[in-house]
Parts: sequence; C-alpha cells; structure tokens
Amino acid sequence: MRLANIKADFVVYARNFLRTRSALFFTLLFPIIFLLVFGAIFSGGSTKVPLSVQNLNNGSAISLSFVSALNSTGLVTITAVPSNANIQTYINQNSIDAALVIPADFAQEVASSQNVNISFYYNPSQSSAQTAEQAVNLVIQSFNFKIANATPIIHAYVSPVSTTAVGYINYLIPGLIGFSVLTAGVFSMTNIVSSYKKEKIFRQLSLTPLTKGEWMVSKFTWNAIMAVVAIVLMISVGDLVFGAGITFNLYILPIVFFGVFGFISLGIVAGSISKNEETAAIIGNVITFPMMFLAGTFFPVSSMPMYLQEIAKFLPLYYVINGMNAIMLFGNVPGLLFNTGIVAAISLAFFFISMRVFSWKES
Amino acid sequence: MQDQDKNETLAVEAKGLFKSYGKIKAVNGIDLKIRKGEVFSLLGPNGAGKTTTVEMLEGIRTPDSGSIKILGLDPIKNVQDLRRKEGIIPQGFNFIEKITPKEAIAYYSTLFNVPNRSEELIKMTNLTNVSNVIFTDLSGGQKQKVGLCLALSNDPEILFLDEPTTGLDPQARRNIWEVIRKLKSEKRTIILTTHYLEEAEELADRVAIVDNGKIMAEGTPHEIIKEYGNGMRLNVDGEAGLLKVFRKIKGIKTKYGSGKFTVIFNSEKDIVKMVRALEKSGKKWSNLKISNETLEDVFLDLIGTKEKD
Ligand SMILES: Nc1ncnc2c1ncn2[C@@H]1O[C@H](COP(=O)(O)OP(=O)(O)OP(=O)(O)O)[C@@H](O)[C@H]1O
Ligand SMILES: [Mg+2]
Repeated sequence: MRLANIKADFVVYARNFLRTRSALFFTLLFPIIFLLVFGAIFSGGSTKVPLSVQNLNNGSAISLSFVSALNSTGLVTITAVPSNANIQTYINQNSIDAALVIPADFAQEVASSQNVNISFYYNPSQSSAQTAEQAVNLVIQSFNFKIANATPIIHAYVSPVSTTAVGYINYLIPGLIGFSVLTAGVFSMTNIVSSYKKEKIFRQLSLTPLTKGEWMVSKFTWNAIMAVVAIVLMISVGDLVFGAGITFNLYILPIVFFGVFGFISLGIVAGSISKNEETAAIIGNVITFPMMFLAGTFFPVSSMPMYLQEIAKFLPLYYVINGMNAIMLFGNVPGLLFNTGIVAAISLAFFFISMRVFSWKES
Repeated sequence: MQDQDKNETLAVEAKGLFKSYGKIKAVNGIDLKIRKGEVFSLLGPNGAGKTTTVEMLEGIRTPDSGSIKILGLDPIKNVQDLRRKEGIIPQGFNFIEKITPKEAIAYYSTLFNVPNRSEELIKMTNLTNVSNVIFTDLSGGQKQKVGLCLALSNDPEILFLDEPTTGLDPQARRNIWEVIRKLKSEKRTIILTTHYLEEAEELADRVAIVDNGKIMAEGTPHEIIKEYGNGMRLNVDGEAGLLKVFRKIKGIKTKYGSGKFTVIFNSEKDIVKMVRALEKSGKKWSNLKISNETLEDVFLDLIGTKEKD
C-alpha cells in the first residue's frame, strides 16, 4: 500500500464522479427525494391513528364524555360519522379501518346499569386498527370502573417510547441513512466494476503499479465521505423541512463506515461475477431492493409479519439500521455496539469474498 | 558467458509460445528474439494471434506453455518490476471517461513514482489544445495519442504498441510515426503490431509475418522479400488463350483470373522472352506492367490461402 497511489486514484475517481451527474444524483439527491416524499406522506407530525365514531346517542352528556375520553388517550384522531348513515356501507365506501358505533340508548342503559354494547368495526390487517381498539378498550375500562364506583389500581400509562423519537420522520432518517449507504455502495461498485471490465479500464490500470487493494481503499474512502455528506444532508433536510429531532451523532460513524465497506465489497462481488453490465445492474437491484424494504428502511421491522421479521435478520442492512436506531432514537449505546459488531463481521466476510472473485486480469 | 552476452543485447526472448481459447489455437508455437533498440513489427491479418502474442510478452496474458524473458525479467513473476520498464498501448486503448489527458498523465506519473512530464508529452503528441478536454470528448486519434502519452509516462525502455494507428487519418498516423521514430532514436525497443504494410516498411527494422498463430516469415523487409518473394512480376490484361503462350516459357509462374495475368519470374531475360511471345501470338493484350515484388505481395502470398475463403 502506497499512500500516494491511493491519493492519486482517489483524486481521479472523485473528479470522474463529480463530473458525472447521475452518480451525484443517485448518491446524494436520491435519498433526499425519498426523505421528502416519505416524510411528507407520513408526517403531519402525529402518530395517532384514525378512528371513525358514529354517535347515535348524540347530545347525551355521557356519550360526549366517552368520545372526549377517547380523544384524550392521544392514540386516535376522531372523525364523526353522520348518525343517519348505515355504518357498514359507510365503512366500505370510505375505506375505513376502524369505526365505533355508540348506540342510541347508551346514556339510558348506562344510567340504569344495564349491559350496553358498543360496536367496534376494524380491519384486522391494519396495525393502526389495533391501536384504535386499544384506545377504545382503555376508555371502556375506565368507564366501567367509574360506573362501578371503583378505583382502578393498575394504571396503564400510555406514553411515547422516547421523548424525541415519536414522529415517523425521526424513524425514517436512520432508515434512509442505511438506504443511502446500501445503494451508493452496491450500485456504484456493480456499475464501476462491470463497466471497467467491459471498457478495459481495469486492463489499463493493471499496467500500472496501482494495486487492487489501493484501488479499493480509494473507493472506500470516497464512498465513506459521500456517506457522511449524505447523512449531514438528510439530517439537515429532516430538521429544516420536518422539524425532526435527530442530530448528527459521531457514534454512528463506525457502523456507517463498516456498512460502506461491506456494501462496496458486495457491489464488487456482484460486478465481478456478472458477465456484462446488464446482468450487473440486475444483480445490483436484486440485492438492494428487497433488502431496502425488508430491513426497515421505510417501515419498522417490528410492524411486519413474523416470517418477514425472521428474513430481515439475515440482511446486513437490518443491523446497520438497527444500530443507528438504537443510538439516534433511544441513546442505546450497547445496542449500537452490538449491531456495529455484527455489521463489521458481515462486512469482513463480504470483503474476503470480493478479494477472491475480483480480478483485473483477463484469462 | 554466452548467455550473459545474449541477455544484454536481447530485449525480448520468447520460446515455444502456445495459447488456446477452447478449440482456437490463438498462438501456435511462436519463438521471438528482439534486440534492444530495435523496432520490431508483427504483421498479420485479423485473428492471426498478434495481440495474444504481444499481451503474453507484456504479462497481461499467461501462456499455456513456453518461456518469456523481457529485459531479462519473467513477465508473470516479475510483473511489478517489468511494469516500470515497459510502456504499453493495448489494442482498443480506453481510459476513464471524464478525465483529461493532463490529469491522466499526472495520475500515471504518481503511480509510477516518476516526475510528471505531461507538458512535454502533450506537446510531443500535438495534444496541447485538447489537454483539458475529458477523454470521452476526444477524437479517436486524440485518444490513441493519450494512450501513447500514458505508455511513455514512465520513460520506458521497451514499448508495446498494438495497432497504434488503426482507424486514424493519414495525418494523425504520420504524426504517430514521427513520435515512434523519435523514440527509436532514443534507443528504445519498440514492438509494433499493425495491419498496414506501409507502416511496417516505414518504421520497422525487422518484421514477422504472423498467421494462424505462427510466424510465417521473419527478417528485414528486404530479407523477407528476397527469401519469400519471387523476384519480379509482370501484370497484363488479356484473353485466356494467352495462357498457352506463357506456359511455353520455362522458369516463370503464371496465374490467370478474369482477364488478368500475373507472371512471376526471376531473370530480366524472361521479360524479353515474354514480350516477344506476346507479340508473336497475335492476340490482344493491354496494361502491361513490370514491377519488383513488395512486402505486400509477399504478405498476401503468405497468407493468401486464408484470404481467399
Ligand atoms: N480472450 C479471448 N477469448 C477467446 N478467444 C480469443 C480471446 N482472445 C483472442 N481470441 C482468439 O484468438 C485468435 C487470435 O486473436 P488475436 O486478438 O491475438 O488476433 P490479432 O492478430 O491481434 O487480430 P486483430 O488484427 O484483429 O487484432 C482469434 O481467433 C480470437 O478470436
Ligand atoms: Mg490484435
């Protein structure tokens, strides 16, 4: 390893990169666009789930206090359903996931201590409906206690998991950092390796004293710098546009750098084993797209079905994002260290494979 | 003692080179000895095995069998040492898209750990006005000249130029020839592959005609013409009946096809015989031409069997 060689190759690669608009787009702009789009779709600043309420006992004080109790759980956003509507038809027509009907005799029955049924309709495939159900149960319980004049002993204290990390946007930023580390590394290397092979640039480089190792270090350095730039950009845009409460955290750098290292190695492997640029692009996409959705870039892995959660555990990006979530959302240092260790191990494995399959020479 | 002597004068020594790709015998038994300071040209049709041979010498490809010494070094085992002494333009030279000639030379100079001679090289190859244009925007000839600059950036003792002028216009070609002549005057060894006989005749001290992975003829152009050529040739247009007339003359070879005769002969006296015979026959003839055989004639003769099909 000669530092001057690494530096010279770095300068050439950086120049070529900065003069290529598509490279800049995919590395820096692409994650920002995702951040803006997903941030805009899911933010609005609340984690509340929608709940439609049809109050057939409108006007009664007790029904109104029931609704306001629902409201004050902080879990649901209530939309009123007109009392003359047929609830089933209304649910279907408006694609409602969770709805509640307060019967016309609600106040009367409660007053006379008769059993009274509130009907709750929900779409079981939506996790938001479960949250709504939870809110409804909480309120029913506290009303039952009140009616029975009992004092609840056990309180369920519903509160956000961390003071800063409530909003989806705060969750999205670490996910998209992982995403940009993944795509920048895999896409740029599959593309470079396959096109350098085809365009005979590797043959040309093999005629100089530059070594494969030096070449890789220079690619790693550039990608690591771009990753940091992307992270700073995403955190700033997250803060300026969505008021996200995430700040730049130096502790994430090891896991980010190991991630860069692993994903460029993976990209080199994909580029090396593919016969041409088209195959390389396909392999690159096959690696990145499922991984990016399954590893928790856009949605928490915990919100996915169990079997997908199991699959996620085989994806390196899962640990990158987990580690960053641990430190950026929860300040959990042991969680970060654990995930950093796993990412380091996976990356080294990818690196050794890449050194085996990657060759500048033609047969 | 004798071996030592040879090592000091030979730049390239290759024995029994073989290389196959599946069933194709790309190089089928080639021996080469090239002296230091010599311009040696490999001449041959497409697919003859020139690039395969040269790239084995350079250390880019590994021969199936055979031994190679370049400046006394083994091109596979001593590849790193050799890289510092050799300059290479591979066939179809290409470089990183958005890098300028100036930047490319600076890059190579750092990698080879030598002083950056970009100004001198750019001037020598007439690239001054495009020295800051990115590689993809250069013309074919300009790209090829960048290749030459890179090959020269480490001040090499030996140069391998694989078709450095293919596809260039006559002026750009002459420009590169000029540079090659200058390199020759600096006592560098140059191995040049080409399709252009003119180029080989113009630049090479010695030529090897390669076909089907074998050397068909080797020597100075003059030697090759003398050894494989048949002296002189007479071309004349006329009807098939003239064939009988020529057949009567001893010591000449006559070929006929679509109204054209080519007669190959050795002695000037045969000219007189042939012209007399033509006159006496009373048959029509035209476009009579007598010439010495050129390298091109020999080349086409040697690879002729293949060219026909
Ligand atoms: N990497 C390879 N894989 C398979 N076949 C090859 C390879 N390289 C060369 N060949 C074959 O070997 C033969 C010689 O090729 P080579 O490139 O040495 O010819 P050449 O004399 O340089 O021809 P040209 O003048 O067209 O450059 C050809 O038939 C070619 O198809
Ligand atoms: Mg060739």
